[in-house]
Amino acid sequence: MAISREEVQHVAHLARLEFSEAELERFTQELSKILDYMEKLSELDTSGVEPTYHALNLANRFREDEVRPSFPPEEILSNAPQKEGTSFVVPRVIK
Amino acid sequence: MQRLSILEIREKLRKKEISSREITEYYLSRIEKLDPQIKAYLTVTREEALAQAQAADEKLARGEELPLLGVPLSVKDNICTKGIRTTCASRILENFVPPYDATVVERLKEAGAVILGKTNLDEFAMGSSTENSAFFPTRNPWDLERVPGGSSGGSAAAVAAELCAGSLGSDTGGSIRQPAAFCGVVGLKPTYGRVSRYGLVAFASSLDQIGPLTRTVSDAALLLQIIGGPDSRDSTCYPEAQPDYLSELEKPLPRLKLGLPKEYFGEGLSDEIRIKLEESFRELEKLGFELREVSLPHTEYAVAAYYIIAPAEASSNLARYDGVKYGLRLEGRDLLDMYKKTRSQGFGAEVKRRIMIGTYALSAGYYDAYYRKASQVRTLIARDFEEAFKEVDLILTPVTPTSAFRLGEKTQDPLQMYLSDIFTIPVNLAGLVGLSLPVGLTSENLPVGLQIIGPHFSEPLVLNLAHRLEEALSLNLNPPPE
Amino acid sequence: MEFEAVIGLEVHTQLLTESKIFCGCSTKFGAPPNHHTCPVCTGMPGSLPVLNRRVVEFALRLALAVGARINPVCVFARKHYFYPDLPKNYQISQYEAPIAEGGAIEIEVDGQRKSIGLVRIHMEEDAGKLVHDEKRPVSYVDFNRTGVPLLEIVSEPDIRSPEEAVAYLKKLRTIVRYLGICDGNMEEGSLRCDANVSVRPKGSQEFGTKVELKNMNSFRHVERALKYEIKRQIGLLLEGKEVVQETRLFDEAKGVTHSMRGKEEAHDYRYFPDPDLVPVKIDPEWIEKVRSELPELPDAKKQRFIEEYGLPTYDAEILTVSRPLAEFFEECVKLFPQPKKVSNWLMTEVLRELNREGKEIDETNLKPEHIAELLKLVEDGVVSITAAKKIFPEVYATGRNPKELVEEKGLRQESDEGALEAICREVLSENPAEVEKYKSGKKGVIGFFVGQVMKKTRGKANPKLVNQILTRLLEA
Repeated sequence: MAISREEVQHVAHLARLEFSEAELERFTQELSKILDYMEKLSELDTSGVEPTYHALNLANRFREDEVRPSFPPEEILSNAPQKEGTSFVVPRVIK
Repeated sequence: MQRLSILEIREKLRKKEISSREITEYYLSRIEKLDPQIKAYLTVTREEALAQAQAADEKLARGEELPLLGVPLSVKDNICTKGIRTTCASRILENFVPPYDATVVERLKEAGAVILGKTNLDEFAMGSSTENSAFFPTRNPWDLERVPGGSSGGSAAAVAAELCAGSLGSDTGGSIRQPAAFCGVVGLKPTYGRVSRYGLVAFASSLDQIGPLTRTVSDAALLLQIIGGPDSRDSTCYPEAQPDYLSELEKPLPRLKLGLPKEYFGEGLSDEIRIKLEESFRELEKLGFELREVSLPHTEYAVAAYYIIAPAEASSNLARYDGVKYGLRLEGRDLLDMYKKTRSQGFGAEVKRRIMIGTYALSAGYYDAYYRKASQVRTLIARDFEEAFKEVDLILTPVTPTSAFRLGEKTQDPLQMYLSDIFTIPVNLAGLVGLSLPVGLTSENLPVGLQIIGPHFSEPLVLNLAHRLEEALSLNLNPPPE
Repeated sequence: MEFEAVIGLEVHTQLLTESKIFCGCSTKFGAPPNHHTCPVCTGMPGSLPVLNRRVVEFALRLALAVGARINPVCVFARKHYFYPDLPKNYQISQYEAPIAEGGAIEIEVDGQRKSIGLVRIHMEEDAGKLVHDEKRPVSYVDFNRTGVPLLEIVSEPDIRSPEEAVAYLKKLRTIVRYLGICDGNMEEGSLRCDANVSVRPKGSQEFGTKVELKNMNSFRHVERALKYEIKRQIGLLLEGKEVVQETRLFDEAKGVTHSMRGKEEAHDYRYFPDPDLVPVKIDPEWIEKVRSELPELPDAKKQRFIEEYGLPTYDAEILTVSRPLAEFFEECVKLFPQPKKVSNWLMTEVLRELNREGKEIDETNLKPEHIAELLKLVEDGVVSITAAKKIFPEVYATGRNPKELVEEKGLRQESDEGALEAICREVLSENPAEVEKYKSGKKGVIGFFVGQVMKKTRGKANPKLVNQILTRLLEA
């Protein structure tokens, strides 16, 4: 099933990616081909089959409500592209 | 000090035949000499390694015994190492220095290992050739014009070329097993949940596992022992303790039934590989095991299911790379622009491709047809194995359809690259154990790997059989010296 | 044409756990930016979430308190959107399989009881905080709050008026405080409310276009915002125009709602089960354990106060809004078994002080013994009620013994009948004209005499006793 350019652009926006014309063209073709291949799955009758989201049947993996030492702010911010004091700085969010 | 396995190094260190400093320097000088051609490493931590070796020697002198004391290893660069750059072979994390160690790295350190550096990979572990690294491709030590496989290509090449005694890689669709096969080393993908993923930069969370790449099966058993086991920081990590793999290794085996799934031995498999595998099957029969045909009927759907599930989870796991908290930031007109520029220029083409597929598969209107459907097919594939394991104890398959291909050979057609993962992917989908064992060389002098697949938590059995076969074949493969 | 409003509320409650939902960082408020953070709550590469068991327990408490159906298996899902206060650019929440569904909250408005149905309750993590710089075009991000556990409670669109909405919120707040799971403070953000409002002709079964309202930070805001919005929508419909489905923000300064211009693209959250978290299975044993540990809930307590203590509904209502106050009341009654008198005192003197300071009774120096003692002193005639009210603020502030304060301040009432009678006779003999007035039928004059006695005794006479004595003397 081919994917249209518009759909590719929409998906790109959802993923916060942008493409040049050439890239958009190429991605549209590549994705179309790949998604076409995925159509194979519709050959299979999966009615009544439970989806598997986890390989093992683990459940109820908890931790207790105990405070553990946090990381020092310097370490949390050590890779920050922009910071001020102990805050991360980002371009202002227009609301 | 040449061509030593981890166990041999450990033995020599304990007997004081060599020192950790010596063996560490041995590898460091080989790295200096050979890595400019092979390019297995992204970061070599020379000073830290020598310091660790020094500390190890002091402990050894005091008679302290730790399971990996003084043994030099490398770690794939998508596993967090505190204070050491962890790039995932991506521009978006080019200068990211984690403030913490992955659980597996903590355990290596507790065991006294020396860490030589971080190895190259396909960007964010997405790829089968290490050509998707944002920095440079790694080359196969057996033929520098060929790929080492991927995504743990750097780890496999480093082990094969003796640039470390062993390495940790990660496997989501074959990323340990396939490069192990291409490079002629042992590669083990443990049962899903056997090894903690805490500190492994996530690609596809329900499929990823960390595992060892080593020269011998015993080495793999030792490394698994060290890195595996319960971890309360990973909810998906199995909470029961591990058995003792090394002691299990020597146990006599019953007359195992070994299954050969007919779907894996069809047309796509190269003749040379087929021949080498059949030789190993004869060996196994000689050892007294029974080989019989089984069927895994949904095999042909595995790649399609995988290439929906893995990218879907990846698109989600990679959403965090946005220039706000760490990594690359490219300024833009506003926040949205910053996000888009940072991500578009920070991620390579294959990563973007998978993010796009994954985002699409999860998006409104498509979730049921893609992600949910693929997850249902995943159930069918897991059931195939469950059924097969009622008839046989372990399953034997090829690892790859061909031996190592040339750089650039498959980069034009992503789909072709995906299809070559056909033998390894189903194992991740079902969360089973998969081990790749070198079983010979093609006429072009390229390694061939045999995959041994076992049910959940059957590592002792898989390792034992692999060890037995390894002994019988007694290959001792080494790439041509440079 | 008469219209009716159809309102549904989405409330987020911040839970009172010690640590965050998926990591061990402290949830304590007020730390400097990014001082309560770690790789997990800042979304660092390789980090993984692990669920805090107490969050599930708190969710179970609430589910049981509102009679919701607890799902035997529930699952966490990722909700994707890009925003700087969301470090992973997805929020771990619940989607297809929340912890509980259904249930209801009982409210009372103008004496009318009503049941507001609930759609669901689910667990999720809070986002961080963004502070915008006044001058520069930058914002500051603080992840201290990221990962604080929330319960989202979604009501059915059963609410029909702003008053009902406020009653619902107040009741929900009381419930979560009773359960000890949330302190329910809208102004501080531990209880947040978004509303979905539409209007339709009265009697119609169809739903009108619904508008989402945000940015309401108090019960008052909710009431005003809803009032305005309902009026606005009705206005549009009466003009033959259509209501646009959108999100509008409440502007508290102007008391109106504004459309969020331009911002709106429908969100595609791309929900899918979080592969890093395994399902939560809740067995009947766990549910029973939580149920057995539930405190008496507000409605039950109110009913019991009416029946057991013979209190009027009004009193019972006020005393049971706060569980600590209700418990304090009962302790007082044990020591001074006159419930109405205790109730009166608590509703007036005590609540005045508590409200002034914005405190809960268990945050003060007050003990049931203090109240019991004060009331006994008045009952025994040792002090007048006026004097008791006078010293109460000091008792409240210092926790000092009322008896001591009475002695110290010399507020002991004169209750000696002999002494008082002498003064009464004095007053009567000094005011013959008023005595005449009394004898001619103006019984009210007795108040003047009491006043005079109080003056002579500098306020220390027991007014009740004085009244009795004067009456006796006058009637003689």
